Amino acid sequence: MKPVFLQGGTLVDPSQRLNEVGNLLIADGEIAGFGRIEAPDGAEVIDCEGLVVSPGFIDVHCHLREPGREDVETIATGARAAAAGGFTAVCAMPNTDPVTDNQAAVGFIVRQGQRAKAARVYPIGAISVGQEGKVLAEFGEMVGAGAVAVSDDGKPVASAQLMRTALEYARTFRIPVIDHCEEPTLSAGGAMNEGIVSAQLGLKGIPAEAEEIMVIRDILLARLTGGHVHLAHMSTKGSVELIRWGKERGINVTAEVCPHHLSLTEERVKGYDTNAKMNPPLRTQKDVDALREAVKDGTIDLVATDHAPHHYDEKEREFADAPNGIVGLETALAVLITNLVEPGHLTFPDLVDRMACTPARLFNLPGGSLKRGSAADVSVFDPGARWKVDASQFASKGRNSPYNGMTLVGRPACTVVAGSVVFRSGIPVRGREGERMNRVRG
Amino acid sequence: MTGTLGKDLLGLEELTGEQIRLILDTAEPFKEISERAIKKVPALRGSTIVNLFFENSTRTRISFEFAEKRLSADTVNVSASGSSVSKGETLVDTARNLEAMRIDMVVIRHSASGAAKFLADRIQSNVINAGDGTHEHPTQGLLDILTLRDKFGDLKGRRICICGDILHSRVARSNIWGLTKLGAEVAVCGPRSLLPNAIDEFGVRIFDRIEEAIEWAEALNVLRLQFERMTAGYIPSAREYNRVFGVTRERLDRARRDILILHPGPMNRGVEIDSDVADGPHSVILAQVTNGVAVRMAVLYLLAGGKPELAEAAKGGSGRGREDRE
Repeated sequence: MKPVFLQGGTLVDPSQRLNEVGNLLIADGEIAGFGRIEAPDGAEVIDCEGLVVSPGFIDVHCHLREPGREDVETIATGARAAAAGGFTAVCAMPNTDPVTDNQAAVGFIVRQGQRAKAARVYPIGAISVGQEGKVLAEFGEMVGAGAVAVSDDGKPVASAQLMRTALEYARTFRIPVIDHCEEPTLSAGGAMNEGIVSAQLGLKGIPAEAEEIMVIRDILLARLTGGHVHLAHMSTKGSVELIRWGKERGINVTAEVCPHHLSLTEERVKGYDTNAKMNPPLRTQKDVDALREAVKDGTIDLVATDHAPHHYDEKEREFADAPNGIVGLETALAVLITNLVEPGHLTFPDLVDRMACTPARLFNLPGGSLKRGSAADVSVFDPGARWKVDASQFASKGRNSPYNGMTLVGRPACTVVAGSVVFRSGIPVRGREGERMNRVRG
Repeated sequence: MTGTLGKDLLGLEELTGEQIRLILDTAEPFKEISERAIKKVPALRGSTIVNLFFENSTRTRISFEFAEKRLSADTVNVSASGSSVSKGETLVDTARNLEAMRIDMVVIRHSASGAAKFLADRIQSNVINAGDGTHEHPTQGLLDILTLRDKFGDLKGRRICICGDILHSRVARSNIWGLTKLGAEVAVCGPRSLLPNAIDEFGVRIFDRIEEAIEWAEALNVLRLQFERMTAGYIPSAREYNRVFGVTRERLDRARRDILILHPGPMNRGVEIDSDVADGPHSVILAQVTNGVAVRMAVLYLLAGGKPELAEAAKGGSGRGREDRE
């Protein structure tokens, strides 16, 4: 494999407090050096002037729909969408058909991920057999086959006893137990946040408390068991306060937030746009403000997309009947730069930390650093590029984006996984002899 | 065609007070048509209207049909059972098929909130919302308001309380929007389990006890209690509902003034309203039904591009520049 030389970008790597202009050399799938170094003979030189070079983003929460709904997304299209969004690795949720609840299913996802030759794909195994919330799935065998965490995802673990057992049992394998916090009797039939907008639109609401009751339950169970609970897609101010409470007491709780919960509110549902329908639902400005603050101060550890492609027929229907979820891989970076970095809520190093370093650390994954010897998973992005989102151009099969048509700032330029360039968009590339070639992704 | 109301009537939230007054004023001359021996004027002659009822309805569907026929429109009724909908056709496909048949207007009743807007966004025909889920039922709101206006004249400062299941009521929402836009003071009264949690943000007064509402109000709009709410656990029983929230003769007799009684129907006599109240001297429940036809004629006429100032003339002849043949 030819060495890759990323030249003249701003190297942003919070794992070593790096934030300076320099070069980055990648060889043999590892970071071989950085700073004021020269390109070795035979290296593929990529001009990164004006661009940010950072550890590759890792999305610990996405839905790739394979096996079961290959019409909506496959592991290959999902992994390519991830690469196009600057992600070098994604964790696939187990709500597939059949459910990813055994070593064979986990192994299938690993193999399909390798064949995709784009972003790395790590399976998340189910907590319970069939995600039915009854019998614990075989964590040990799934971890042996490549699972990096367990979760029953969209089917929240209603039984406190099962959640307790999962947290205890997962300790042996040192994996996080991810919970989608939703008290099912409170949220039943809900289509959006409960509040003035749901009351006006005549849609059944999901109160913030449906999430918060499970957040505090899970935090208390983490305290009881010493297990690592990771709370998926936090959406309310109350959840932030409860997580803060847990962390202050040294409880092993971590949490994620999605770009849409940091940028949109329930107001977006007016007009019954089904691309504003997801679970947890878009909340209020007060919640958005609290979540932004929590990402900044570290109460919420990382950002994850909850990428959830749906067929357009399924979204093109009555609001209450439409499925939950939006695609997020190819807009995440721009949504975060536009809504958090540009207004001054978050610095670029903090952004890189929440999208790359912290996910790698908490999920014990390769990457997350530009230190010499680290896996050569690198994101290069243009922090100032203004572009209009056109969902029809997504690498994902999903088109269900609430950002379609919006102008955003910040765009992935090049993604390197294990030393191979897997995505490149309009970057001038210099060959060894110094001649410039304008290679555009086909 | 787009008139003074825009293309569609989806809810009273979108209308201004002025537009609501315009509809009510336009309804006035249409009231008289229903009193004639020959109840027909040619204002919508040549227009084709589909009444698309995905949810059962007797009163609203018949009221719309009379309004359409009395304006000489050609109408087709489609109900969910026995149509392609029962074969699994999606709403978007139904909409496209209707559009392909070159119709002028669709009146839609649907169990999903937002269904009327969904349709309106996808077809060029005028769409009239005849009730979408728990969102709005604008023509019901308009006919309630017309009935109140018949009794009170100007509604500014008038105190009207909507009683019952506000949470699931599209009628309540349309009434709240319409009445507040006309300057009325609006209150709601019902068990808290049947009020939206965010009800205080609607800008209405809230009464926990029906006695307090009766003490305050000049008119009560009593909503139907849907029995499925009890199986869903919102309230314990119809018996207790009547004892705590029922609009009864005894409660009204204690009021200092006469209180106008409205009910959008169909009534559960002995549950939310007692028979001697429904049939009593201050009940305007049947006047609401009569006004319903006039209000719907006004809405159809205005959406079809009819000039409000010509509504009186349209009764005798054509509101759309056609020759008078009546």
